[in-house]
Amino acid sequence: MSGLRLAWIKFSRDRLAFTGFLIILCLILTALFAGVLAPYPEDTFKIRPAERLKPPSLKHFLGTDSMGRDIFSRLLFGARITLIISIIAVGASLLIGVPLGLIAGYFENWLSELIMRIADVFLSIPQIILAIFLAQTLGPSIPNVILALSITYWPWFTRIVFAETRVLKNAVFIEATEALGTGPLQTIVLHVLPNVSSPIIVRSSIGMGYTILTAAVLGFLGVGAQPPTPEWGVTIAESRQYLPEAWWYATFPGLAIFLVVLGFNMFGDGLRDILDPRIRRGFE
Amino acid sequence: MNQNLKEALLVVTKLIVQFHTDRGVVKALDGAELRVGKGEVVGLIGESGCGKTTMARSILRVLPSGGRIINGAVFFKGRDLLAMEERDLNTSVRGKMITLIPQDPFNSFNPVFSVGTQIKDILKWKGEAKANRGIDETIIWDMLGQVQIPSPEGQLKKYPYQFSGGQRQRLMIAMALLPSPDLVIADEPTTALDVTVEAQILRLMTGLVRGREISVLFITHDLGVASEVCERIVVMYAGQDMEDGPAEILFSDPRHPYTIELLESLPNPEGKIRDIPGEVPSLIHPPEGCRFHPRCPSARGSCSRQRPERVEVALGHWTRCFHPVR
Amino acid sequence: MEEPILEVRELSKYFRGSVSFLSKKVRWIRAVDGVSFQVQKGETFGLVGESGCGKSTLGKTILGIYRPTEGSVIFKGRMISHLPRKEAKEVRKDIQYVYQDPGASLDPYWKVGSTLSEPLAIHTSLPKESIRNQVLKMLDDVGLKEEHLSLYPHEFSGGQQRRLGLARILCLNPSLVILDEPTSGLDVSVQATILKLFKELKNSFDLTYIFISHNLSVVRMMCDRMAVMYAGKIVEMGETQAIFNDPIHPYTKVLLAAIPQVGKKLNREEDLSLSGEPPNPENFPLGCRFWPRCHYKMDICESVEPVLAAGTDGGWVACHLIGQR
Repeated sequence: MSGLRLAWIKFSRDRLAFTGFLIILCLILTALFAGVLAPYPEDTFKIRPAERLKPPSLKHFLGTDSMGRDIFSRLLFGARITLIISIIAVGASLLIGVPLGLIAGYFENWLSELIMRIADVFLSIPQIILAIFLAQTLGPSIPNVILALSITYWPWFTRIVFAETRVLKNAVFIEATEALGTGPLQTIVLHVLPNVSSPIIVRSSIGMGYTILTAAVLGFLGVGAQPPTPEWGVTIAESRQYLPEAWWYATFPGLAIFLVVLGFNMFGDGLRDILDPRIRRGFE
Repeated sequence: MNQNLKEALLVVTKLIVQFHTDRGVVKALDGAELRVGKGEVVGLIGESGCGKTTMARSILRVLPSGGRIINGAVFFKGRDLLAMEERDLNTSVRGKMITLIPQDPFNSFNPVFSVGTQIKDILKWKGEAKANRGIDETIIWDMLGQVQIPSPEGQLKKYPYQFSGGQRQRLMIAMALLPSPDLVIADEPTTALDVTVEAQILRLMTGLVRGREISVLFITHDLGVASEVCERIVVMYAGQDMEDGPAEILFSDPRHPYTIELLESLPNPEGKIRDIPGEVPSLIHPPEGCRFHPRCPSARGSCSRQRPERVEVALGHWTRCFHPVR
Repeated sequence: MEEPILEVRELSKYFRGSVSFLSKKVRWIRAVDGVSFQVQKGETFGLVGESGCGKSTLGKTILGIYRPTEGSVIFKGRMISHLPRKEAKEVRKDIQYVYQDPGASLDPYWKVGSTLSEPLAIHTSLPKESIRNQVLKMLDDVGLKEEHLSLYPHEFSGGQQRRLGLARILCLNPSLVILDEPTSGLDVSVQATILKLFKELKNSFDLTYIFISHNLSVVRMMCDRMAVMYAGKIVEMGETQAIFNDPIHPYTKVLLAAIPQVGKKLNREEDLSLSGEPPNPENFPLGCRFWPRCHYKMDICESVEPVLAAGTDGGWVACHLIGQR
């Protein structure tokens, strides 16, 4: 049985992780097929004043908002925005953070110190505050949200890759390949990187959860996505005036955020369990 | 030479143990049998996967998760340990009547507690005292002296990292002997040690055990060590016991083909190297009948269909083979 | 006499040890201390000793993984111990090292086929096809099959992993191979198979071996000459058979007496047993490093370190007793 298949079997037995996986799958499918699944796809820009603030019904599953737009449809499109923001933000953090971590970990010189101290500086500032500051300064928009998130998240990757690389540096097979004459760049990219991939993948999953939450916070505060974008945080911000009567207005976007973040965290945890001891060292 | 007349302390019969893993069911022990007399030092030898460690763990019923004892009996002082209640086993047998010297002295101690605390803990749990304070340290010092740890009084406060591998193994031996056990199971006790330290430890162990009528089940893959220390040897292969006899006879006049092949593959000064063709079989899909038959030069007929019974080929010397040599 | 393929002169390797809190003085771990020997082409030279004696460090320093603190390594007449990176890479092709833990020396994420091709990919500019052919031939030489190329290291047994380690370094056609504990952890029968393989490969590839091991029975069988190490120094050196027949250094005597052997009964002779503990590498005793445990110790041993001196039968011993003989 191949390692992948065995890993899948083990993974599917972990109920929490599997649930997380299903949630993420739903998110992706929703984002991809929002146009098809939404009963009122035009509600991303169209308004229906006559249908303002209607509670959940058969016609509007999750109710309508202050402009009469179908909340359910807007949530579905919001999933698309959420996913795009997070994927790009986490992707960018990865691209910045991982190479820096590899360099800092593999070499033991002034460069490593520099990189890690810069990372420390970023990590010492509460991330939400930094993100808000950046978003404010740069101007509220989705691209700036992505930028702000990338800048605050890359040090997490650097730190974890640094730690793993430092340990791995002394591994016998790294020494063996160096003894054969492999240069540092090749060693890092071809040997160290694959072996630190598991913590990177786990952290990416958790990072997705983090960026989704932070993006929503920024949207909520008005420094991120702007109305009429159907972003979840923005929707919650809009709903404030109408609470507690229009409870559905805030509850469903909030629930969506909660579920998705939970899903990524559970999935990440489950990944951590199966990735390292299983695939790497074989099955005892 | 009256080994078979020595009163039996431990008798393992028809022990079948399996492990359930993601890859399939590992048939680790296939009806293995073993007998240890009172005050006897019996060596359990074999290569990796032969089941010797599984045997030790089954006797104490400390198999890892996934391990199941399917069948068989372990008679100890007349009682079947496999049928005993877990609680009885814990209070009266484990760590008391049967003690274990584990394989790796470097990892057998808890690094954050002093050695004294750990030794006293064991005595406390075994009912020797109600609390650590109530334990008479002189008993421990006396034992440490017997395992040749110098100035024992000051040693109890020290932490495991302050002792070398050889010293830790001596402490392990002390802990195994303090409860005055009837049987000590020594699982590869010197494998992790240098050869000179090994010699010291072996000398120590044989000296201590001889005086007190303590039986030892000595598990090792090193035939030289087994030969030096054990009175009787049981040879195992792939979960089956193959030969059982007095050490001197077994090594000078082996009857089972596997034992012969094993002895011949030992390094010899002449420089001629002989190895056993083939590979150790998978225990998930082991061969039918005698598990050595695919590699055995004498295999024929029923070897591939039926497992041989124990046959006494000489006084006190048994082998499981349809065609024992000579 | 023909020039030796390898010569080690007064080689030392020290590591930084603990730093004294008050005086800030660094204590050095003298893992290898002033070791000198020669290896002839085509022989199997054994480095023998117990844990901490420095044999593995010595092997790695010869190879170049560690830079020597003092002394030099001369390979094929050329000083290789302090070469710049580029030239060191050239030399690396010719001396290879087989690791103690064979599985650990293989990248767990790489298919074994890629790992085996790596040395050739680095050191030559051969096309993929040729590399693959070489690898296949090597696999065959070590007794493995083509289908093994697409498997991962953890899917092999210990014995097979060792073969893989061998195949990997043989691709580069080295002249000298340093084997570090090549049979540790192996069952007796697997050990025999591997040793057989070593002998065959040595003949077919015209290799010279440095055989580092603490397993004396194996060393006796495989090595033409050997050096016994204790606390970073060589205490006795010479033809293997001669040393086994008549060990001179007190440590060698004790070491050989301790080897468990089938048919031998446990040794009870006082002067053949070793007591005490190995010395602390940060704090070796003055004089001979073995004197605290030596049954034959004399006064001079506590203050003067013995040098490796030629004995009568072509062997070398570092012991003050020699003068007495």
